[in-house]
Amino acid sequence: MARKRYIQAINEALLEEMERDPKVIVFGEDVELAIFGDTRGLLERFGRDRIRNTPICEATLAGMAVGAAATGYRVVLHMMFSNFIYTGFDAIANQMAKLRLMTGGQIELPITVIAGYGGGRSTAAQHSDTPHPLLMNLGGINVLVPATPADAKGLLKQAIRGHNPSFFLEASGRGGDSGEIPDGDFIVPFGKAAIARRGADITIVAIGSMLKPVLAASEKLQSAGIDAEVIDPRTLVPLDDESIIRSVRKTGRAIIVDEARDRCSAASHLAAIIADKAFSGLKAPVKRITVPDVSMPYAPNAESRVLPNEDQIVQIATALVRTKQLV
Amino acid sequence: MADQQNPSNEQLLSLFEGMTLIRLMEERLRADAAAGKLPGAVHLYIGQEAVAVGVCANLRDTDWITSTHRGHGHFLAKGGDPKAMMAEIWGKRTGICKGMGGSMHVADLSKGILGANGIVGGGFAIATGAALTAKLSGNGRVAVAFFGDGAANQGVFMECLNVSTLWQLPLVFVCEYNHFCEFTPTATVTSGEIADRAKAFKIPCEIVDGNDVVAVWRSAAKAVEWARGGKGPFFIEARTYRIQGHLESEDLFLAGGRYRETQEVEEWRGRDPIARLRDLLLSKGVSTADQLDGISAKIAGQVDDAVRFAEASDPANPELTFDVMFSGQKP
Repeated sequence: MARKRYIQAINEALLEEMERDPKVIVFGEDVELAIFGDTRGLLERFGRDRIRNTPICEATLAGMAVGAAATGYRVVLHMMFSNFIYTGFDAIANQMAKLRLMTGGQIELPITVIAGYGGGRSTAAQHSDTPHPLLMNLGGINVLVPATPADAKGLLKQAIRGHNPSFFLEASGRGGDSGEIPDGDFIVPFGKAAIARRGADITIVAIGSMLKPVLAASEKLQSAGIDAEVIDPRTLVPLDDESIIRSVRKTGRAIIVDEARDRCSAASHLAAIIADKAFSGLKAPVKRITVPDVSMPYAPNAESRVLPNEDQIVQIATALVRTKQLV
Repeated sequence: MADQQNPSNEQLLSLFEGMTLIRLMEERLRADAAAGKLPGAVHLYIGQEAVAVGVCANLRDTDWITSTHRGHGHFLAKGGDPKAMMAEIWGKRTGICKGMGGSMHVADLSKGILGANGIVGGGFAIATGAALTAKLSGNGRVAVAFFGDGAANQGVFMECLNVSTLWQLPLVFVCEYNHFCEFTPTATVTSGEIADRAKAFKIPCEIVDGNDVVAVWRSAAKAVEWARGGKGPFFIEARTYRIQGHLESEDLFLAGGRYRETQEVEEWRGRDPIARLRDLLLSKGVSTADQLDGISAKIAGQVDDAVRFAEASDPANPELTFDVMFSGQKP
């Protein structure tokens, strides 16, 4: 084990996978310079045939990823900010997500799209979105939301080695967070949630960037005598709903914390699954802590107003645990 | 005798066969669509056969093409199996895409056919990506993006002209100017000349009579040689005409609405690319009328076989939907 930063973990995964398989290529806007740090050093190591800057043309980049993957390469497409997924969305929704089915399974599309998501840094509405609900709804696309450096590395390696399009959503502004990373070659399988904290009183599902505030809130809850279990799904497609259901059956209470807007979010999807599959075990309503259905404002205080935070989690968890068993 | 300039007599006959196959397949689909036998809509290629056949005659199995929603012609010209195509359009499990794609999505990776595409302009970037890997591999492959005049107004067209020129990719753009963007005449929604857009990137450019298969063949030979030689993209605009509507059965919902004059259609019918090639073959003494009729009859038999095969095949397996959504993973 070694302690590393989140962005370093991503960088290592790229480096190791490019080393491992000469068919792995990386392209995107400004990847040579690596403005997030995640592609740093790759150009020097692998040259421009393997990693190259592109023009700013996301619609084409997403389509090119499909063409390059369909013809035998493993493509890592860096789309920088998740909002730029929208400008490439035609090829993502209409080609990347559908070509395998439409060709009756003739095509494999090993594509990993990297994009930073989320608010908290005054980048305003067009650089702060959390787009996983949209991607989850496409079908045919894996959605990865690693919260820790180890998961970032292991999931990215799995995505690059995989056979399907995967969106690797990195929490913007979390690049400096550090954590322990296993030594050597390791992968994190898709569809396997992590129990980030064990507890008996309430299940808090923390999606991606929300793991950090949820864990901090759990410590506060602990000092108030509330023992929270924290589940990090790690991948939203495929989703390990069994681990979540098992936990909720044990605790009888559930909160899902998601930085996406509330309407049709991963949180609402999970809430529906819990209501469906763990109904008899519930002692309280299932709660969602999400961003309201608004665009991310610019001013730091306005941004804080809409982002889920520790106090909110503590408050809602406390209220839920104090709720008497529903008849 | 074959050279860069002109196809050999043998090649001319092969072009005739290729175009006739497309025509007879499409005519049969027209009839079967009208008879209500097909589950989905078909967009027919009648009148444009010279473009697909003239271009694909210059390609190898290992070269890539992307096609359009009007893609049967490209599929067949690139060597796709008529039976498997017909079964696909009929929604059968023996279809080339096992009934999962249908008319607008016929694809055969083993023949380099990356697929017809229901999104207008959807093929540009896929072909550009294929051209990128061809260049990276140094395998001498080229990619051809077939697209219509309608697609030329999509932004990705400009993006792909830029990227392919910038990186000198082995990519041939083939604009099939069939005069219509679905139900709208192209001239009413297009400014300037489409070929000028390619010229702006200094891409070598040829405008050819898309109903003259020899002219298309000649231009494509030059374009493919250029791209294969590592000189970058090439642009061909083939002027042709869509004889059928945007899709069969459009009369049902257009409710008498018209977007073109019958006279215009008839004028273009008079420039039929297959009839023109037939005239050439006869005037050059390459074949007799009887021989050409014999070829057509043989191909008509092939089309009958394809339809029989499609009709006799089992319907698609609905469970396959779940199996092929992902590779090795449940949806």
